[in-house]
Amino acid sequence: MAISKVVNSVEEACAGVSSGMTLMLGGFGLCGIPENCIEELVRLGINDLTCISNNAGVDNFGLGRLLQNRQIVKMISSYVGENEEFERQMLSGELEVDLIPQGSLAERCRAGGAGIPAFFTPAGYGTEVAEGKEVRDFDGKPHILESALTSDFAFVKAWKGDTAGNLIFKATARNFNPMMAMAGKITVAEVEELVPVGELDPGQIHTPGIFVQRIFQGEKYEKRIEQRTVRNA
Amino acid sequence: MLDKNGIAKRIAREVRDGWYVNLGIGIPTLVANHIPDGMEVEFQSENGILGMGPFPIDGEEDADLINAGKQTITAMPGAVYFDSATSFAMIRGRHVQLTVLGAMEVSTSGDIANWKIPGKMVKGMGGAMDLVASAENIVVAMMHTNRAGASKLLPACTLPLTGVGCVKRVVTNLAVLDIKDGAFHLVERAPGVSVEEIVAATAGELVVPDVVPEMEI
Repeated sequence: MAISKVVNSVEEACAGVSSGMTLMLGGFGLCGIPENCIEELVRLGINDLTCISNNAGVDNFGLGRLLQNRQIVKMISSYVGENEEFERQMLSGELEVDLIPQGSLAERCRAGGAGIPAFFTPAGYGTEVAEGKEVRDFDGKPHILESALTSDFAFVKAWKGDTAGNLIFKATARNFNPMMAMAGKITVAEVEELVPVGELDPGQIHTPGIFVQRIFQGEKYEKRIEQRTVRNA
Repeated sequence: MLDKNGIAKRIAREVRDGWYVNLGIGIPTLVANHIPDGMEVEFQSENGILGMGPFPIDGEEDADLINAGKQTITAMPGAVYFDSATSFAMIRGRHVQLTVLGAMEVSTSGDIANWKIPGKMVKGMGGAMDLVASAENIVVAMMHTNRAGASKLLPACTLPLTGVGCVKRVVTNLAVLDIKDGAFHLVERAPGVSVEEIVAATAGELVVPDVVPEMEI
């Protein structure tokens, strides 16, 4: 019989998250971010968080909400261009920031969830990113050693999920969510639609429920668009 | 002299039938508008789509469907979505044939800087370091000089690097240049631009052949 991962509320989903923890948060820009969990983290008022997320939200939405409240002490990201408060805190030294190449970030999360402690990649060789890292040549080309990332909690957002924690993502809202789901010691999945087991086609599931410890249906999704671009009909 | 669209139009001529192409943010995004009808090309965006289509019609935008510039887009028939690890497997694994990206500086040794101005601007490298470390064909799309009028084609980059020895071709508002043997080599002039203007705007060593054809765009 399938193992139920269902929790009844966002409060229950975030139980045990405390100050000083390392958190992973899925999403690319504002696309596919765990909106309900972020709001709960704001409400909890915990601080000294290390957040691993490709981006840092915008000034008043997504991770930008936690930054505004000074709840984050360190960010591990690849691109943070759309957030003035982030840039201010970083340049003033209030916020520690570890910027790493996007592909390395994805692979470091994947490795963390897959039992691979480290790997060599060509990305970042000869740049600041390589400082202090082992360099080794493969096929005559230099590569740098990157270590795996894990977290106390991973917060991911999917389109549909079942009570066993199996997840299906929509379009490009998938992004970092599957790797972070693998890398969290406790992975919390929030979904737009929670269905009974048996309703999802096993062959179409993106993230198997084995990687998910808690799942709930988010109360509401604003799904804000960062850059609305359209063409004439 | 070319405008941004002109640069994109010239770069579109680098694209070959059957190629998978990654376009960066800014001028590179415009390249998609200039692919000849009938050419089979698929655009990859590193946030997780292959087969990216044009912007949606007003009212049909979907918050869950964006490109790496966080712009709303559409998907072409045959498109596929994937996670970030798979996306960079395509990039690092050299399954993408052409990468087009912008730059703040490019050097005569093929180094590129485009992610950080110390103390002033730190946006992050995004996927640029993975892209330039692995792509076989990297074309840089940029203006020849910065806003202050200083050359962006240098003997050595002054800003923090994105990648070393990786850029082979640069297309600017003034010229097409190849990078080899530690120098820029002038390949084509933009319409109405003289060789002297290009020489004056290029700080790194520039090799000028006897005949420099004007771009056909």
